[in-house]
Amino acid sequence: MKTYDAIIVGAGHNGLTTAAFLAKAGLDVVCVEKNDYIGGAAVSRNLYEDWMYSNCSYVCSLLRPEIYRSLELHKHGLQVTPYGGSVTFKEDGDYFGSYHDPEVAYREMARFSQHDADAYQRYSTDTMRQCRFIRDFLLRTPPDPTSFKPKDIKELLTIGSKFMDMGEDRMYETIRFWTMSVAEYLGEYFETDVIKAAMSGSGIIGTALGIYSPGTAYVLLHHYMGDVDGNVGTWGFARGGMGAVSESIAGAFQAYGGELRTVAGVEQIIVKDGIATGVALENGEEISGRIVVSAMDVKRTFLTCMNKSDLPEAFYNRVNNFKIRGSSGKLNIALDGLPTFPALPEGSSLYHSDMHFIDSLERMERAYDDWKDGTWSKDPYVDMVIPTLMDPTMAPPGKHFMSCFIQYCPHKLEGRDWTDPEREEFAKTVINQIANYSPDFKDLILHYEIRTPQDIEDQIGITEGNIFHGELTMDQLLFNRPVPGYAQYRAPVAGLYMCGSSVHPGGGVMAAPGANAAREILSDLKRPNTVPENFGDD
Amino acid sequence: MTDRYDAIVVGGGHNGLVCAALLGRSGKQVLVLEANDQVGGAAVTREFVDGYAVSACAHLLYQLQPSVVKDLKLKPKLVSEDMTTIALGDNGQHVRIQGRSVDGVNDTDAESYRGFHKRMTRFADLLRTFFNKTPPRLGTTDFKDLLTLGQLGFDVRRLGKTEMREFLRLIGINIHDELNERFENPLLKGALSLDAVLGTHLGPRSPNTIMTYLYRLAGDHGRIASPLGGMGSVSDELAMAATEAGVTIRTGMPVSRIVVDNGRVVGVETESGERFDSLTIVSNADPKQTIMELVGARHVETGFTHRIHHMRMKGNAAKLHLALDGLPAIDGLSNSDYAQRIVIAPDEHYVERAFNPAKYGESSPEPVVEITFPSFRDSALAPAGKQVMSAVVQYAPYERKGGWTDAARQELEAAAIRVIERYAPDITERIVASELLTPADIEREFHITGGHWHHGELTLDQLMFVRPVCGAAQYRMPIDGLYLCGAGAHPGGGVSGAAGRNAARAILRREKAA
Repeated sequence: MKTYDAIIVGAGHNGLTTAAFLAKAGLDVVCVEKNDYIGGAAVSRNLYEDWMYSNCSYVCSLLRPEIYRSLELHKHGLQVTPYGGSVTFKEDGDYFGSYHDPEVAYREMARFSQHDADAYQRYSTDTMRQCRFIRDFLLRTPPDPTSFKPKDIKELLTIGSKFMDMGEDRMYETIRFWTMSVAEYLGEYFETDVIKAAMSGSGIIGTALGIYSPGTAYVLLHHYMGDVDGNVGTWGFARGGMGAVSESIAGAFQAYGGELRTVAGVEQIIVKDGIATGVALENGEEISGRIVVSAMDVKRTFLTCMNKSDLPEAFYNRVNNFKIRGSSGKLNIALDGLPTFPALPEGSSLYHSDMHFIDSLERMERAYDDWKDGTWSKDPYVDMVIPTLMDPTMAPPGKHFMSCFIQYCPHKLEGRDWTDPEREEFAKTVINQIANYSPDFKDLILHYEIRTPQDIEDQIGITEGNIFHGELTMDQLLFNRPVPGYAQYRAPVAGLYMCGSSVHPGGGVMAAPGANAAREILSDLKRPNTVPENFGDD
Repeated sequence: MTDRYDAIVVGGGHNGLVCAALLGRSGKQVLVLEANDQVGGAAVTREFVDGYAVSACAHLLYQLQPSVVKDLKLKPKLVSEDMTTIALGDNGQHVRIQGRSVDGVNDTDAESYRGFHKRMTRFADLLRTFFNKTPPRLGTTDFKDLLTLGQLGFDVRRLGKTEMREFLRLIGINIHDELNERFENPLLKGALSLDAVLGTHLGPRSPNTIMTYLYRLAGDHGRIASPLGGMGSVSDELAMAATEAGVTIRTGMPVSRIVVDNGRVVGVETESGERFDSLTIVSNADPKQTIMELVGARHVETGFTHRIHHMRMKGNAAKLHLALDGLPAIDGLSNSDYAQRIVIAPDEHYVERAFNPAKYGESSPEPVVEITFPSFRDSALAPAGKQVMSAVVQYAPYERKGGWTDAARQELEAAAIRVIERYAPDITERIVASELLTPADIEREFHITGGHWHHGELTLDQLMFVRPVCGAAQYRMPIDGLYLCGAGAHPGGGVSGAAGRNAARAILRREKAA
C-alpha cells in the first residue's frame, strides 16, 4: 500500500491551503473530502436551474494577500471585485447609507448627526490601529506562555515589545478595546442609534454574544482586518461565488502535483502505538500517510474520528467543552429580477451594497435574547447582498441571486432538532424582514435554500454549525485556540496536525490557519518552508 | 480666615476614613468633610421606619482587607461569621454553600465544587496580592512598578503549567459556560451565577463574569460576615481610628467645589460657603463626580474628560428593606438558617432572564434577590419580637425607561415580594413597613453617580491598570495634588478599605520622593 507524505482530511479552503503549500514543498499529498464538491463552507453550488449560490460564506476580504500571491490564485481563476458600502433601512422609511467615497459618506452621516460625521475619522483611525496590531499576528504561530522554549519566549517578547511600542496611552486603549462590547466601543464615538446599529453587526457575526457583551469589539476587527488589493477593510465578491476561492486553491494544489479525492469521507483517523499512520474512509478503504492533517473542526476530529483512548484525558475533556455553538443561518434565494427598495433613491449605488434591516441597538440585542432562549431571532439581523449585480455569471441574464446571512439562528431549537415546518417558519421570518422594505420582493422569489446550523453540520460537517469552527472569545483565541497547550497546530498524537479554523487565527475565509499549519509541518519535517511571511503594513 | 491642612479628604466614606486615618498616623493634619450627617458613605446603618434600623446600602462584609484591619488595629464586631449561602429551592429542598463544601447536591457536584472552589480561590489569591498594590503603569521604567509587573507575571507562572493555562483561559470567560461544564444542580449554578453578577450590569452569559466572581473571592476567600450594629459600625470604628490619629471629621459639610489654581488644587469650598486650604485633596467621591462636578471639566484636558465621561457606572441593584412583625416561615429552614445569607436564583437561566430587561431600561419582572435578616442575632436593630429584612434586588436599571416614577417603584417592589412569597408565603402579612432604594435613590442619598455601589463597573476594561481610566490608575488625578481614594480607584468596590489604604500609601510615597 502506498504511503503518502501527508493526508489532508477535508477539502475546505484551509485544508486545501495546507495541502497546496505542502505539495509546493515537494511532498506527496492527498486531500480527501467527504462531499462530491470541495470547499466546505467556501463553496458555490448549483442548486436551482442555472443559478449559482454562494451558499455559505458569501463575501471575500480576509483571504490573506500573501497566500493569494504565493499560490498564484489569479492563475487558477480567482478574481475578487471590491464592492462598496452598506445600507441600513429604518422602520420610519428612511435609511442610513455607508459609502466608499469619504465625502459622500461624510454628507450622509451629517444628515443624521454632524457630531457623528466628524467623529468618523477618529473612529476609523482608532479601529485601523487595532487592526494593524492584529494583522501582524495572523500569519504567525501563537506562543505558548507556559513554555520555556526559546522559540516561545522569543515570540512572547516580540508580541510584548510590539505592544509596548505603542506607547502608554495606546496600550491602555488596546486593553480596553479587547475587553469592551461593540456597543460601548461605538458609543465612545457616535451618538445616533441607527449609525451604531449599522456598525454593530460586525461585532456579533458568528458569535454566541450580543452587542452589549464584553469582548465583541474585538470581533469587529475580524471583519475589518481583511483587504481587497491592499485596501484594508474592504470586502469583495469572488467571481463565480466563494467556491472560486476554494477552486483556485485546489487548482494551485493540483498544479503542484497534489491529489484530490472527493466522495472519500474519513470515518476514523488511524493511530498505532501513539502515532497517526493514516485514515480509514467511510467505504472501508484505508490510506496510509506519514502525517495526517485534519481540516475538520476539533470536535469532529477528536471526538468523532478518533478513539477516546488515543487521546490524553485532559485534552479530550477540553475539546469536549470547546464552544462551537452555531448561531448563524443562511437563506439563499433565486430571484426572477431585481427587487426594488422604495426607500432608496432610484439608481442608488446602495443596491450594490450590504443591506441591513435593524435600525436600533435595542433590536440588535433583543435578537440575541431570542437565541439565548433557544429559538431563532424573530426580528433578526440580516446581512443581505445581491452579488449578481457585480458578478452576472451567477444567474441567467436579468435574474439575480440573493444571499442572506442571519443572526441569530440556533443549532437546536430548545435542545431538539429542527422540523421542516420550523425551517420554513424561519425562512418566512427572514423573507418578511426584507419584504417590509421591498414590496415586490416576495413575488420575485423563484427558489430558496434554507440553512440552519443543523443543516450546515449535516451537509458540511462543521460541528454544531458554527461558521468559525469555534467561538471567537478570549478563552478560545491565540494561545487558547483550540485548547490551551495545543495552539501550535500539533495534536497530542505524533504525526497528527490541525489546520482548520479551529486553530489560530480562527474563522473567516482567511486561509491563514492552513498556511500556519503548513509552516509548522514543514518545520517538523525539516523541509524548506514554502509559506510566505506576512507582508506587514506600511 | 481659612483653615489650612496637610490633606483634605472629600467624603467620609469608608475608604476616605481609612485613607485619612493612615495619613493621620503618619503625622499629617487631616480634615474629612462629609456631606451627610453621619460618616460611612454607603456603609452606614440608619433607621428606615420608627424603631427599625438597617444597613442602608452595603449589608454584608466580604472584602474587608486584612491589611487594613492590621494597619489600623481594627476589631470589627461581627454578629455572623463565615455565613452559609442558602439557595432556596422548591418544597424546602435548598442547597447550602459554605467555603469548600456544598450540601443538597449529588456527590459528583459536591466533589466538582471542591475542585472548583480550590482553583478559584487560588486565582483569587493572585488578585488579592495585587489588590494591595498600586497598579503599575504599563509603559513604566519605574523600578518598583516593574517589580510589581514582574511579580504578577511570576505569580501567574508559579501556578504551574496546567493551572496557568486554566488561568489564561478563564480570565475573560463567562460564568454560565464554566458552570455548565462542571455542575448539574440548577440551584448551585443559580447561586454561583448570582455571586458573579451582583452589583454589575452583566448576566451570567456575559464574558467577564468569572472575573467578577474571582473579585468576590479575593476578599476573604468568599467568607461572608455580618457586622453587629449593621455596616455603620464598621464605619464608626474607622472614624474612631481616624479621630485617634488626630484627624478632624466634620459631617453635614457637603463640598461644592475643589478649587484649582494654576493647574493644581489649593483647597475646597463647601455649600455653606466655608473654605479650607490644602495642597493635597483626596476625593472619596466617584470619579465622575470628582472630575465633572467638583473640579469642573474645564480644568482637565479633553481626552481625560472624555474617558471619565464614558466610564460605565450605571447601577442595577436596588435595596429593599422590610420591617416585619416576625420571621417569615420559609419551608426547610431551621432556626439558625435565618442568620445566614439567603438567595433566590433558581438557576442560571433565571438569572440571565432577570438581566435581559435591564439592557433595555426595564426592571426585571422576576428579579433575583439576596436576603439577610440582620436583626435575627442583633436585637438592637428592631423592637422586641420584630425583625428587619435587608435585601438586594436585581435588576433595577438606573436609567429606567420613563424614570423611577411611583408606578415603577411599586412595580419593582411588588415583583420582589412576589418572588419572595414563593418561598415565604406569609411574607405579605408580616410586612409592617417597607423602604425601596432604587439606584436613583442610592445616587441621591449616598452621592454616588449612577447609584453604582462600586463607583464603576468591575469589568476588565475598567479594572487594575485602567481603573478609573487610563493614565489615572495610580490614585493621582491629572491635576497636581488631587487624588482618588474611593471604589472608583483600584481595586474597586465592596467594603474593603483597600483603595483608601493604597491611596494613602501613594500619597506618602509621593511626598517622600518630592
